Amino acid sequence: MTEPVETLAARPKSVGARVRRTEDPRLLAGQGRYVDDLAPPRLLHVAFRRSDMSHARIRGLDLEAARGAPGVVAVVAAADLEGLAKPLVAASRMASYHGTPLRPLAEGKVRFVGEPVVAVAAESRYLAEDALELVDIDFEPLGTVIDPEAAAAGDAPLLHEEIGTNVLVERRFRRGEPEAAFAAAAHRVGGSFRFRRKSPGAIENRACLAEWDAGRGALTLHSASGIPGIVRDALSEALDLPGHRLRVVAPDVGGSFGGKGSLYPEEILVSLLARRLGRPIKWTSDRLEDLTATSQAFDEIVEAEMALDAEGRVLALRAEVLGDTGAYSIYPWTAGLEPVQVVGFLPGPYRIEHYEAHVRAVATSKAPTGPYRGVGRPAAVFATERLMDLAARKLGLDPKEIRLRNFVRPEDFPYKIGSGIVWDRSGFTECLEAACARAGYPALREKQRQARAEGRWFGIGLASYAELTGIGSKISVAPGMPINTGTETAVVRIDSTGGITAAVGIASHGQGLETTLAQVVADELGARLEDIRIVQGDSDAVPNATGTYASRGAVLAGGAAILASRVVREKLLRAAGHLLEAAEADLEARDGRVTVAGTDRSMSFREIARAVYSEIGRIPHDKREELEATRLYDPYYGTTSSATHVATLEIDPETYRVTLGAYLVAEDCGRIINPMIVDGQVHGGVAQGVGAALYEEVVYDADGQNLTASLVDYLIPSAPEVPPMTVLHVEGELPATLGGFRGMGEGGTIGAPAAIANALSDALAPLGIGIDELPATPERLFRLIERAQQRQDNQSTGEER
Amino acid sequence: MSGKRLVRMTVNGSPVEEAVEPRLLLSDFLRQVLGLTGTHVGCEHGVCGACTVRVDGSTARACLMFAVQAEGCRIVTVEGLGPAEALSPLQEAFREHHGLQCGFCTPGMLMTALDLIEKYPLASDAEIREGLSGNLCRCTGYEHIVAAVRAAAQRRREPSS
Repeated sequence: MTEPVETLAARPKSVGARVRRTEDPRLLAGQGRYVDDLAPPRLLHVAFRRSDMSHARIRGLDLEAARGAPGVVAVVAAADLEGLAKPLVAASRMASYHGTPLRPLAEGKVRFVGEPVVAVAAESRYLAEDALELVDIDFEPLGTVIDPEAAAAGDAPLLHEEIGTNVLVERRFRRGEPEAAFAAAAHRVGGSFRFRRKSPGAIENRACLAEWDAGRGALTLHSASGIPGIVRDALSEALDLPGHRLRVVAPDVGGSFGGKGSLYPEEILVSLLARRLGRPIKWTSDRLEDLTATSQAFDEIVEAEMALDAEGRVLALRAEVLGDTGAYSIYPWTAGLEPVQVVGFLPGPYRIEHYEAHVRAVATSKAPTGPYRGVGRPAAVFATERLMDLAARKLGLDPKEIRLRNFVRPEDFPYKIGSGIVWDRSGFTECLEAACARAGYPALREKQRQARAEGRWFGIGLASYAELTGIGSKISVAPGMPINTGTETAVVRIDSTGGITAAVGIASHGQGLETTLAQVVADELGARLEDIRIVQGDSDAVPNATGTYASRGAVLAGGAAILASRVVREKLLRAAGHLLEAAEADLEARDGRVTVAGTDRSMSFREIARAVYSEIGRIPHDKREELEATRLYDPYYGTTSSATHVATLEIDPETYRVTLGAYLVAEDCGRIINPMIVDGQVHGGVAQGVGAALYEEVVYDADGQNLTASLVDYLIPSAPEVPPMTVLHVEGELPATLGGFRGMGEGGTIGAPAAIANALSDALAPLGIGIDELPATPERLFRLIERAQQRQDNQSTGEER
Repeated sequence: MSGKRLVRMTVNGSPVEEAVEPRLLLSDFLRQVLGLTGTHVGCEHGVCGACTVRVDGSTARACLMFAVQAEGCRIVTVEGLGPAEALSPLQEAFREHHGLQCGFCTPGMLMTALDLIEKYPLASDAEIREGLSGNLCRCTGYEHIVAAVRAAAQRRREPSS
């Protein structure tokens, strides 16, 4: 009796469903557990005395008064930590690269305002901060290194004398014959694009808590981190502790956006002090520390030029990029992370045969830059999409038309761009068409004609981009970095009570991975969603892990979970075959039960698990096998996500405030696990792009002081500044990744700055203004407009004469 | 520091009496003395709104008050809204509409949203956005939070629907 077995594909799927999140009840009830919520007995609190100098030698330290202050248990400077930890240096395979040591406290000199110099451990944070006031540091100022172009020049003061230059990375890319292409081009457009420095701005500040178990000689570090696996491996090296005596846990984490995606001095410091003092010790950053000492973002000058033929086809692109990467080469990503990827992604989703680029990452006496949502792509897309609009204007083409003429076409995939990145099939054209159709693009243009007739500054901006996500072991997510970031491991287990646990190495900090990965596992096992628990953010859960970054969670952890679940399902069916006396081919797993197809004979997963593990005689003694599997997944190349953004806006002629109209995103992220979560990720990304385009800027003055060290001065968009958004999902051909997923956590921030810059330029086109600097704050807009109006006045005066 | 002062208040309906330093912030009092860690601290200078609680029926920044200033007050924190296994309609609306991601701004956002739906007509999304403008969220882009507040307000107006 062989009834047709229902195939996996025909069953109702959890993947694709709008499933409410598993993590929500605890977070909504105030029952989340973030690092600062943890308070083990005998807890000490640490506070840091940080440098108030940009670049200075530490001539002397007086710690005696602080050591005698009430409640103080220890006051330490670099000299007190000698020999306790090996210094870590972010490594790179790039020939021109110079690494810088990562130390828990500044040694000999300080290189940015906010760098930790002295740590005070006390019975409370209040008492620790009291004692900081008593710390006396004698600084000898050295020259500040603020302007990146001056920093790159030969006569600049050196931040790291032993390196002999402030240029930490230099690279050249070249394909084809760019000189000949430019010489033969009918049209050229170019510009110098400046994307200013920004801060990731997670609402939870960084925090870490170290506990030393003297009996086991073991350390547990709870850290508000997106990369607990990388932190574990790095601390293992620094502290000379094997992984089974060193556990790093990222519990509930209140956002990262890249700011919690690197190893920090404070994590090393609390680990050392906990071991030395034998008491748990916690550091919780305040906002001042976050805005001065958490890794920052962007800060590039992109000089770029595009050559086009008479029909508006791009022939060649060349660029000179200077990235201001701050005082240190961030661990483990290196100073090349952001600027080198700007050059990597500049060619965008377009067919551009000839390409040439030169990039330098230069150290300045500012906080280090590090990973931030989009990494390199926001600045690249800003430059390239501005060039596309400049070219469209020059050739009298609509911005939509010039993009359609230049996109990599469906038949061109896989397509290697000039920097060497390969795009697999992705819906470049489909996203643009879908976005323009939904936005009512012709009607928008008509609206603009009317607005212009009334003298209003109303603009429409398009931005199309492609990004590489779910990157496998073929390349590193940070150019030249030798650490493998291309694999993830999952351990899937059904225990003796039927409980299903899937452990992964990634670390959720808002992405909802406890829900989406459970959806993936539920489908593969045929289990009920509510029976599955996802364990993440714990270095003890899997043998190797790195974390969540680079839009990799769904692709890599999802892939690993699929592989491990498949093995467990096979084992489950083998056991059920014995128990139900049926052939495995006749069995189906669904909703947490295994059924003999076409019969009413079935067993729950729980009954099977008990029979396998706990009951005598149910399974032949030599057929008993654990219902568990560990599998590693490596997508090898990675896969291309793409989108088109459409922004509309109006500039107030009195206040220069920019009001954004309804915002549209059409994106291709492959198979969607949970549309509600995907929409939320896109919305959040766009909001950060809005901040980057209009409001958010870290400002250092000529003395290297951070002028934007509070949320009064560093402007994060609130609800009225962020427009209502619509997200369209273009379901094109699925990628070759297991599950068909593409990464999509960062795209919103990649497209929005460019779309808004193009919309501003479009609004101000009658004045001949193009936006080449972000954020376009009211002050910058005022200056641009004032200058343009003076120019026009002068011209008309000239004409009258 | 010496010179502790006795402070009495009710927190989520329960009377509380503790001796505290006059300089202890209300946010630290709730989190560290009472162990109510649902109230979060994001900036300690009154901008982000993560620490928003109710003090005698009005929203307040717990990071801008000393505990001793809450003498005799009725305080409500996120823990007073509803437990994980029995969420209030407002909390349910946030879950249904995906009005949270990392959850860190959420307690403050909920306390502000509660005040909004109880006190204002919320006739338009613009009004909801203006009402939420004192609470920063970095994850959601506010779209789903606005939807959640809109739904919660609607449900409050028309409980049967």
